[in-house]
Amino acid sequence: MDISFENVDYIYQPNSPFQFQALKNLSFEIKSGEFVAIVGHTGSGKSTVIQHLNGLLRPTHGKTKIGDFTLTSDHKPKDMKSLREQVGIVFQYPEHQLFEETVEKDISFGPANFGVATEQIKERVKTSIEAVGISTDLLNRSPFELSGGQMRRVAIAGVLAVEPKVLVLDEPTAGLDPKGRKEIMNMFYRLHKEKGLTTILVTHHMEDALKFSDKVIVLEKGTKYLEGSVQEVFSNQARLNKVQLDIPEILTVVKEINNRFGLSIDYQGQSLDELAVQVSVGLKGLKKHE
Amino acid sequence: MKYMNNYAVEFNNVSFRYHEDEPWILKDVSFKIEANKTTAIIGHNGSGKSTIAKLMNGLLLPEHGQIYIYGTRVEEESIWDIRREVGMVFQNPDNQFVGTTVKDDVAFGLENRGIPRLDMQKRIDETLKAVGMIDYLLHEPYRLSGGQKQRVAIASVMAITPSILILDEATSMLDPLGRKEILETVQHLRKKDNLSLIMISHEVNEMIKADYVIVMEDGKVSIEGTPKTIFSSEDRVKEVGLDIPLVTEFALSLKRHGMELESNPLTHEELLETLWTYHLKT
Repeated sequence: MDISFENVDYIYQPNSPFQFQALKNLSFEIKSGEFVAIVGHTGSGKSTVIQHLNGLLRPTHGKTKIGDFTLTSDHKPKDMKSLREQVGIVFQYPEHQLFEETVEKDISFGPANFGVATEQIKERVKTSIEAVGISTDLLNRSPFELSGGQMRRVAIAGVLAVEPKVLVLDEPTAGLDPKGRKEIMNMFYRLHKEKGLTTILVTHHMEDALKFSDKVIVLEKGTKYLEGSVQEVFSNQARLNKVQLDIPEILTVVKEINNRFGLSIDYQGQSLDELAVQVSVGLKGLKKHE
Repeated sequence: MKYMNNYAVEFNNVSFRYHEDEPWILKDVSFKIEANKTTAIIGHNGSGKSTIAKLMNGLLLPEHGQIYIYGTRVEEESIWDIRREVGMVFQNPDNQFVGTTVKDDVAFGLENRGIPRLDMQKRIDETLKAVGMIDYLLHEPYRLSGGQKQRVAIASVMAITPSILILDEATSMLDPLGRKEILETVQHLRKKDNLSLIMISHEVNEMIKADYVIVMEDGKVSIEGTPKTIFSSEDRVKEVGLDIPLVTEFALSLKRHGMELESNPLTHEELLETLWTYHLKT
């Protein structure tokens, strides 16, 4: 699904002492099938953007288009339910939203709500629990008896079972250990490819943005600060630092080595071992010239 | 509370489980944490780290073994004294708010302890400044974003000046700068107020700055020591499901490709120094 924001303003509690403008004249486009990272520090407007993506919020001024749905302050599509069926949001700490008696019931809740037939729900529960890497043996267990990591996976399965076309991930790995983080991110990337999803990852992890996304949008104080391919955005270290963001650590390391030894190694996603060879060759080259 | 020895925290053969018919969360755990130092307790999800935190201020009591805070045993009778000494900030700030404004929230803990009004205002300002939230004095906590909430939660605990501060994955939701600010703030306070800082985390970059690291695995202490010793055993650390610092991993990779580097660097500066020494020598 194509998504666009056109000159979007969003003001919380307008005309009250708590009035707060979270988004200012924000415009961007996301093409169907893209994996886009939205980064920005605390309070930059990321959460407000997320809530516009499935119509939980509508712009105070401007326009959002999510597929065929157009939302403005005075226009709400008739079929909001269908919009929400197509845009799945994995909120931060999604396991806090588990509530049913069994894992199966919890995963079924979403599709049942959207009127999916019982037989089909059974099928979807099975597919989605397998997609998140949890054994179907756990279907009859209470979700509250599971470990934190398992609970998160079950909560994610609940979103997948609705079969959204757009997947919005709000810091999906917060609180997970490094192993869990890698597993979950790889899982999302696999689903993104296999199902041809449009994926929007909201994250502080520049490493994840670097590794998975086609495009990065940097938000700052509710406006768009930078936008472009991973290479374009992360080549702007000074501008990112200015808004208290940093480039992925691997890029810093390469840059520091280049500066210290007068090398010109270009980072293009190579592995640490490949980089090690380049550094080793580079240092030997220096010796020859001395 | 009297400070009866130099160990901020001592666990002696501590075992804990939630119910008799459930598996042990901690099994015969012993360690000592020195006062006025930064200690990191790390381990994968479910390794028992957070249970340790809850045992330290008597939110949970052990089934076997003893826990001491500055030499005072943690038990029913000492709990209120202990809790004045042991401040704790949890992972999820939503469960930690009581006030209707940021200011009220920080004031809550101070009021409970009968701090005079003028001092209260000073401490509220100081701690909120320290966590970068002074501009939000009158905001409603529940409207803040996750990271902002956590900074207020840290300010609320800092305001009552505990002698031990436990951050239970408290920075896991902050952005990189927010995290850095918080870490600098707590380090500053640690030195200024003789605070013993205990960081429960899986952020590798938080561990390398600690004086001492305790690695938990399946309810037991797996390895302990300085960050340098811990990360020199690459395989062991990975086995426990944790990352090693990027520069350490890169140095190991350089070694595999024939560069005889002198040490295992933990920071960027150390990596550059190691490379420089190598460069001069060869």
